[in-house]
Amino acid sequence: MTDFAGSQYVIEVVYLVASALFILSLKWMSSPATARHGILAGEIGMVLAIGGTLLRHGIVDWKWVIIALVLGSGIGIPLGMVQMTAVPQRTALSHAFGALCVTLVGTAEFYLRSPDVPKFMMSVLSMEVILGGLTFTGSLMAAGKLQEVLPQRPITYKGQNLVNLLLFTVAVASAVYLVLHPGARQLFPLVVGISLAIGVLLVIPIGGADMPTVISLLNSYAGLSAAAMGFVLNSKLLIIAGALDGSSGFILSVIMSKAMNRSFTNVLFGAFGQVQAAAAGGQEAKPVRSATAEEAAAILAAANKVVIVPGYGMAVAQAQHKVRELYDALTKKGVDVRFAIHPVAGRMPGHMNVLLAEADIPYDRLIEMEEINGDFPQTDVALIIGANDVTNPAARADQSSPIFGMPILDVDKAHTVMVIKRGMSPGFAGIDNPLYYLDRTLMLFGDAKQFVGGIVRELGGGH
Amino acid sequence: MGSTLIDDLFIFMLACFIGFEVIRHVSPLLHTPLMSLTNALDAIAVVGAIVLVGEKKSGFATVLGVIAIVAATSNVVGGFLITDRMLRMFKTSRPAAKKP
Repeated sequence: MTDFAGSQYVIEVVYLVASALFILSLKWMSSPATARHGILAGEIGMVLAIGGTLLRHGIVDWKWVIIALVLGSGIGIPLGMVQMTAVPQRTALSHAFGALCVTLVGTAEFYLRSPDVPKFMMSVLSMEVILGGLTFTGSLMAAGKLQEVLPQRPITYKGQNLVNLLLFTVAVASAVYLVLHPGARQLFPLVVGISLAIGVLLVIPIGGADMPTVISLLNSYAGLSAAAMGFVLNSKLLIIAGALDGSSGFILSVIMSKAMNRSFTNVLFGAFGQVQAAAAGGQEAKPVRSATAEEAAAILAAANKVVIVPGYGMAVAQAQHKVRELYDALTKKGVDVRFAIHPVAGRMPGHMNVLLAEADIPYDRLIEMEEINGDFPQTDVALIIGANDVTNPAARADQSSPIFGMPILDVDKAHTVMVIKRGMSPGFAGIDNPLYYLDRTLMLFGDAKQFVGGIVRELGGGH
Repeated sequence: MGSTLIDDLFIFMLACFIGFEVIRHVSPLLHTPLMSLTNALDAIAVVGAIVLVGEKKSGFATVLGVIAIVAATSNVVGGFLITDRMLRMFKTSRPAAKKP
């Protein structure tokens, strides 16, 4: 039925329309007001592209295609319905799936075409499986760490970078050999196998605080591997989609590494966890001031301007809905409440925004770091909920601090600082936070959800 | 097909520039949905897997292709679904009618 003349052109035109829709889809993401049109455009583009492909001349086996499409949709629906707190691991998992698809197709294409693979074809094919392979296992590791089925602490050993570099060199050298001698089929499993191993090794030394950068970088790799696949299959649609995804991941990685004060080359070569060789010592017990929920409520109620700084701890404690109640209670009393969002707060880019939006906090109350930092001196109370390193003034002042130079939220300039924290133990990075010992700082010890709930009760009952 | 390697490289280069320009304007507010959306779009790789399975080239290729279709389709469906759920949550405090 697809034998009529010109059907190939029809399909190419369908792909052209789909590509345009994909670009529009991303363009509409620029503002929350138009973002949902973006999804619609993306969905239409996707349906067109898949439909067009099914019409292709030469598709003879429908049964397995349909079974796989149905099965994939069946897996996709629960993955699309996960809780918002599980979004980082879901995202990592989907990077893994995308990379798996690319790697498998690349592998199959190699064995179908070898030994007659032109040099350029073999080069992009190698790139496809190397990037795809390491993204697959790397993303699985990231998802495992985020889901806490794997240890979250960075695992480091001596010569880590050397081993990685060596493996990478072997993989690239084998790939180069394959480009020159595409008949050497026995080398191909080696290339794939090493890439899979590199993925694991790259993510093993990474701690939780570096996850936003890593997820962005894996996103970029997943896109680039898909673009490489587009070259192999000579599919312009795939090249465009891969390039869009690759550049998106790249931009996010740059933003994240800037927000962590890491150089981009440092990130590219996967030396993430390095800086965190914690500065031990200096653990003498300095006095801190603590306060109860009642006292905290009284100070908050008397304030004019409050800035809440959420961090990963808020996500862990699932405290976002209680925070919303606090926001409501304070707003009702005429207090101006805003939220200060550090780019790397949480475990992926934009993590805090999504959690707070889920709790129905209006997005125009969520303010980016650069915009809000100037307002802290006029802020009565900065309330920190589960954030640590992104508020650490040592990043500004202490040259010996491992996070020196990292841009932070200047919460210490607020009149009063309140920190909700489980105890005095240092955060993920193992760095002491001088903020806690300031005269203007009050420590609120306890579980974020319970403590915020306590403040809300006091605010409701007191007046 | 009429296209050459050089054509493909041109397309890749242009698409990267478009990607940079478009993504640069995405509000940091929406970085998480952005990532899940690009992930769903990236799963267009399913097209390659469909051709692989549909053309029934070898048993080995079919097995790999079927797994690839399953993986990519789950990204398409799950990616669009969760992006839409996230975006529905973003509301502004100002009544929409007031602002022109």
